[in-house]
Amino acid sequence: MNKNKEQLLNKRYKAEKRFRLYGQSAIFMALLFLTIFIFKIFSTGYSAFQKTWLIVPVTFDAELMMLEQNPSKEDLKDADYYDIALKSMADLDPNANEDQENELKRMVSYFFEREIKRELLNDPSLIGKTKDVYLTASDDLDQVFKGNYPRDLPEDQRRVTDYQLKIFDQLVEQGRVESKFNLSFFTYPDSREAELAGIASSFMGSIFSILVCLMIAFPVAVLAAIYLEEFAPKNRFTDFIEVNINNLAAVPSIVFGLLGLGILLAVFQLPRSTPLVGGITLSLMTLPTIIIACRASLKAVPPSIREAALAMGASKMQTTMHHTVPLSMPGTLSGTIIGLAQALGETAPLILIGMVAFVNTIPGSPLDPAASLPVQIYIWAESAERGFVEKVSACIMVLLGFLIIMNLFAQIIRHKFEKKWS
Amino acid sequence: MKKNGVKMIKINSKNVDVFYGKKQALFNINLDIEENQVTALIGPSGCGKSTFLRCLNRMNDVIDICRVKGQIIINDFDINDKSCDVVRLREKIGMVFQKPNPFPKTIYENISYGPTIHGMAQSKNEMDEIVETSLKKAALWEEVKDRLDEPGTGLSGGQQQRLCIARAISVKPEVILMDEPCSALDPIATAQIEELIDELKKDHTIIIVTHSMAQAARVSQNTGFFHLGELIEHGSTDKIFKNPENKKTQDYITGRFG
Repeated sequence: MNKNKEQLLNKRYKAEKRFRLYGQSAIFMALLFLTIFIFKIFSTGYSAFQKTWLIVPVTFDAELMMLEQNPSKEDLKDADYYDIALKSMADLDPNANEDQENELKRMVSYFFEREIKRELLNDPSLIGKTKDVYLTASDDLDQVFKGNYPRDLPEDQRRVTDYQLKIFDQLVEQGRVESKFNLSFFTYPDSREAELAGIASSFMGSIFSILVCLMIAFPVAVLAAIYLEEFAPKNRFTDFIEVNINNLAAVPSIVFGLLGLGILLAVFQLPRSTPLVGGITLSLMTLPTIIIACRASLKAVPPSIREAALAMGASKMQTTMHHTVPLSMPGTLSGTIIGLAQALGETAPLILIGMVAFVNTIPGSPLDPAASLPVQIYIWAESAERGFVEKVSACIMVLLGFLIIMNLFAQIIRHKFEKKWS
Repeated sequence: MKKNGVKMIKINSKNVDVFYGKKQALFNINLDIEENQVTALIGPSGCGKSTFLRCLNRMNDVIDICRVKGQIIINDFDINDKSCDVVRLREKIGMVFQKPNPFPKTIYENISYGPTIHGMAQSKNEMDEIVETSLKKAALWEEVKDRLDEPGTGLSGGQQQRLCIARAISVKPEVILMDEPCSALDPIATAQIEELIDELKKDHTIIIVTHSMAQAARVSQNTGFFHLGELIEHGSTDKIFKNPENKKTQDYITGRFG
């Protein structure tokens, strides 16, 4: 009898030990996947935050620029920079033939003319003088400098020619190649050229979409939740509504995209590819999330508070507005933020309503065409150039950072403002 | 209280039946509550004494499946009548609950909430005065006068319950309903509340539901004994405790069941 009990006890201890082990290994696996994922993204993406510049001596030749004596600011703006830009690149190799001059030109981005112009506009006294100007290197050379480019491939299999590599190596030796923080990644819109592509347009598109989504989803969801939880009679019909709200939360997001396409674009003729339409579509998705979060936090308010207010002679409305709703707000807000974070990462519905279009302007309002961060990732991931591979990871980092900040904010709101009962 | 030797009746209930769905919880209750006296409702758990108490300020309205039949007349007015406005009713009939339930706001806001929604103070000064008198009447003023802007939930259990009493009397109700106000408190806090109840009956009619017969004997002038949804016996506390007419009452009071 006693021995039997001993055995049982041992068995119980062992079972508990095993269970702990399973739990720990599950957590370990999850952490491992997460680490691999993060490591992969960081190792591919961190280099996108650096940009390679060629430092090229530019002679601001007034004649080549077709400038007269003492030009005004307007004249400087209208001047012709193409020739001096071409000439400065060609001068890198005095012996270059015409083909080689062309190759030299392609060592920098097609913005080189604009970059030279900006230099002169900043300092008009440069006319007639020579100055080292920072020019954005082409994305291939950028990758060469970052060590990501397969230089040992046969020449006909790569886009950088041996000649370009030779000149580039000379420039590196002369200290005329520099890597600096890639500000343009944050300030430029999308571009077909990897070295000039930035997330400004998709970032603003995401922000506008989320704002539209918030402004529509939050009030509707909160009112619906308050009504359902506090005022609506409990009967078959409200049960039916509740079930359907839960169903709505489980609808695949692409269905909402089709809805946006079929109704917002086709019937209401709202402007295509805009954050307005994107935001409305996303708000349909966020609505059930916020309703559920708000109802849960209304339910969590102890009934004794409602009774206390009612017994003081507060009306149903006053009880709800003075006590229940304020007490439920922390939970509702953090639920809202989590819903918005979901919407922020949503891609499929936005592709359907046309936010996948190539947009090379920065939107100034929700009515301008724009992309969004996840869609930008999708667009870039489709591009073949090596320059875009790191951009994809960099964009994921920005999106993840955004999401982490939002979730952190949700946590802080919950912990700081939620009242404790006990 | 007697005026010219006649008992003044504050609340008069006639044939009150209460149903939760199909289950009947109270059967034909006829009970008169005397003005400016403490009436204790006693009985074993589930006997319907709290249900009856909640009929008096229509708190049972909150429960969807609950139906109340019969008449409850307060100031010559049937509160179960359709024309009765519950907000006005609950302004006149305050309530203190079993578990202290201060609002998660400051002590000051806890007291000022009732007067604010009923528009009882015209100025900040008036409100300050209401808060002070309410807290003084609830014997809490000395303990909290320096920290009125601290949360009411930070007080001890006994203090919280006195805060709830102060909150209830802030709107000058004619009747105060107390639903086992001391069951969550220790003996010292209980003694303070009982002392307070005795004090409050000068201005208010008090009905208290209690599990403790000793408490009923200490604080009340009248007692009603409930059993299985029926009012078995009611009368002066002295009579109920010393000389009950009904066998069940006697058994309960002597501790033979319940």
